[in-house]
Amino acid sequence: MPELTENTKELRIVGFLCNWCSYGGADTAGVGRFIQPTDLRIIRLPCSGRVNPLFIIKALMSGADGVLVSGCHPRDCHYAEGNFYARRRLEVFKHLLPVLGIDRRRFEYTWVSASEGPRWQKVVTDFTAQIHALGPAKFFADAPELDFLKAGEGVMQP
Amino acid sequence: MKIGVFICHCGSNIAATVDVLKVVESAKSMPEVVYAVNSMYTCSEPGQQAIEEAIKERGLTGVVVASCTPRMHEPTFRRTVERAGLNRYMFEMANIREHVSWVGKDKAANTAKAVDLVRMAVEKLRLDKVLIPKFIPATRKVLVIGGGVAGIQAALDCAEGGMDVVMVESEPSIGGKMSKLDKTFPTVDCSSCVLGPRMVDVAQNERIELHAYSEIASISGYVGNFDVTIRKKATYVDWDKCTGCGLCTEKCPSKKSYDRFNEGMGETTAINIPFPQAIPKKATITAASCRLLSGGKCGVCAKICTSQAVDYTQKDREITVKVGAVVAATGYDLMDWTVYGEYGAGRYPDVITSLQYERLLSASGPTGGHIRRPSDGREPKEVVFIQCVGSRDPSVGRPYCSGFCCMYTAKQAILTKDHIPDSRSYVFYMDIRSPGKGYDEFTRRAQEEYKAQYIRGRVSTVYPKGDKLVVKGVDTLVGEQVELEADLVVLAVGGEASQNAPKLAEKLRISYDGYGFFMEGHPKLKPVETNTAGVYLAGSCQGLKDIPSSVAQGSAAAAKVLGLLSKDKLESDPQTAGVDVKRCVGCRKCINVCPFGAIREVDMRGQIKAEVIEAVCQGCGLCTATCPQGAVQLSHFTDNQVLAEVEALCQS
Ligand SMILES: Cc1cc2nc3c(=O)[nH]c(=O)nc-3n(C[C@H](O)[C@H](O)[C@H](O)COP(=O)(O)OP(=O)(O)OC[C@H]3O[C@@H](n4cnc5c(N)ncnc54)[C@H](O)[C@@H]3O)c2cc1C
Ligand code: SF4
Ligand code: SF4
Repeated sequence: MPELTENTKELRIVGFLCNWCSYGGADTAGVGRFIQPTDLRIIRLPCSGRVNPLFIIKALMSGADGVLVSGCHPRDCHYAEGNFYARRRLEVFKHLLPVLGIDRRRFEYTWVSASEGPRWQKVVTDFTAQIHALGPAKFFADAPELDFLKAGEGVMQP
Repeated sequence: MKIGVFICHCGSNIAATVDVLKVVESAKSMPEVVYAVNSMYTCSEPGQQAIEEAIKERGLTGVVVASCTPRMHEPTFRRTVERAGLNRYMFEMANIREHVSWVGKDKAANTAKAVDLVRMAVEKLRLDKVLIPKFIPATRKVLVIGGGVAGIQAALDCAEGGMDVVMVESEPSIGGKMSKLDKTFPTVDCSSCVLGPRMVDVAQNERIELHAYSEIASISGYVGNFDVTIRKKATYVDWDKCTGCGLCTEKCPSKKSYDRFNEGMGETTAINIPFPQAIPKKATITAASCRLLSGGKCGVCAKICTSQAVDYTQKDREITVKVGAVVAATGYDLMDWTVYGEYGAGRYPDVITSLQYERLLSASGPTGGHIRRPSDGREPKEVVFIQCVGSRDPSVGRPYCSGFCCMYTAKQAILTKDHIPDSRSYVFYMDIRSPGKGYDEFTRRAQEEYKAQYIRGRVSTVYPKGDKLVVKGVDTLVGEQVELEADLVVLAVGGEASQNAPKLAEKLRISYDGYGFFMEGHPKLKPVETNTAGVYLAGSCQGLKDIPSSVAQGSAAAAKVLGLLSKDKLESDPQTAGVDVKRCVGCRKCINVCPFGAIREVDMRGQIKAEVIEAVCQGCGLCTATCPQGAVQLSHFTDNQVLAEVEALCQS
């Protein structure tokens, strides 16, 4: 597991977690004292299906360096099928990020169950390391022109 | 709004790695916060009193508590603010223990994080609205899934408490594993003498409706109002007519059917009654073994049956019931022991599982209670028991302890001596785990009084030599190789979650762990609850446990059900979605997406509008994320609230 050095400056990472699985998984990690980097702040939602991609854009545009969404494993949704909707939405959304001039790696979604404390620790540690590797997000004024569109890089083909 | 913020030390749980006073200071300057204070234990009586007093004295209209996870104490604090006259939904929590102090080492970073979480809670609270719960009628009936000892206890206790019970059992008889056991530790009393009468009670209790050889096809609805579809599998025998006389089983010419009840230690007829004390005592045809049903000619059982009960044309049937609560008690299965090729598991007839051995010990078993080797029917003199087969073994994905094997192995060693006085038992063990009343004394008796020889160490191989089995292992206490010649090898095979547990969990919308065991609501405080209101757990489906613990959980689950359904109206959670008709354009997207059918279409002066049926809405917010107009909003998780939290974080 990649270790962050003690004095690395914290970056702004926002997590949207479903109440039943991932929030519980983060609690389980806490109860088990599975030490994690401190950058992430968690917003509790009932279901990963409650995540409106707008929230993620809003976070990234307001200065977040990374956004993580975590829900129940597919088929294990407390609301039966919320995470299926989340998966479809977020997968498409991820591909649209470059259009906004945002590096796709600044956003991830994953599944962590309420019993998976160690897995939550790993998810947080890995994602934090990924964001630190990218460094602080640039202001939008500095975003590249849309010329990557020509190359078709990072954009879903119609 | 006048907001009060209470920051908890949780003794040193939070204060050790979070500068609580600094968080208090920061909170004081947050918008609309008029009061901020620290508290040693906010959830304690003085802690709660301090909140109540502050609400009254300072006229607070909203409260934030920064402490442990809301999954633990949110309901506690909601009641606290309510006692002081606030609406219980004018309350938010910041989780600075599980998500901060317990997982971060750096005090400065933790403190900054705690401040952020408090700020988010304050911003969310500022947009909270007063919510008033509604009351919904509840069906005073409970569904118990699984008729092992845990399910039986839950059903009988519920019925005793005046509740109607529907019990669904997948096998043709209830009883579960306990009905297969010969005697039980630590008393060595006869298993069927203890369980049998309880099974009869189930059959005779007027409040209990039993569906054996049945499974849950689907469950929908919510606490107080579950709609359950039960699939009754075809038995090819009309159970209303069958008297359980057993005549058919004597005449059936197909006698080579796998005997499930006897764990394959014998063979049975295609039409059979699993065991003499079966409840219900009715015959079932195993279609694959039946000559007629597999395409041949026969029909003997139909001819012999004096009550014309046999019906070869029977099909699976589905029935529906309405219940207010569910108890899952689906027990466990033994893990696939054939992965232990080195023990010859599944290959050598005289290497058997502990459960098969129970059947050989049992007077109602295939050998009439005389221990005989499966290979040649000879009485074994040297019996080797190997413990922890599929327990505490990460290499087969079973790192956990099954909990009951040490005890039942000691029991089986004792019973072996009782049955065959000139026999010798050897037990290979890793550790002897026997916490429990009278348990350690019991394992000692096996060694001291019954002279079972305990060898601490693992077995590397078992192979046949003549008509014996050579067991090679190591005695780690003396540091020597051991080689024994055994007549019979019994593997203490570990348990695992019952095969279809994850599928059932998905139907019930409850969580299960990486092994398939159902997750309790809280490891300490909610051992029989789940995170789905109205669904409870009993017995080893939640984690392996012995009979006394399974029974205790059965009673505990029953107590919960009786408590829940003691009123005929339940308070419904008002954190539901609602539609702003001015914004709604009637696109029906929310109606299509709602997993619970909680949104209907209404005609409002010629225009289509969506309308949420509050009692049905479960509060997932899928509709809110779907509506292109932002017209349907989940209260307490509105778009504006989530965005306010994001803002609070990113602008800080
Ligand atoms: C060899 C051996 C010896 C043991 N000896 C002892 C002993 O001496 N003393 C002791 O205290 N404990 C003993 N135990 C442990 C004991 O078996 C368990 O504690 C006990 O059986 C647990 O009861 P239960 O009701 O939770 O589960 P189970 O007995 O497994 O019952 C579960 C029931 O649910 C049914 N079911 C499963 N899935 C479904 C479904 N989807 N729908 C409907 N029904 C379903 C099953 O058919 C079964 O009838 C022993 C265990 C073994 C393996
Ligand atoms: S999705 Fe929105 S606009 Fe469409 S019907 Fe539902 S509430 Fe109305
Ligand atoms: S929040 Fe919306 S989608 Fe979820 S149950 Fe309620 S009405 Fe249905």
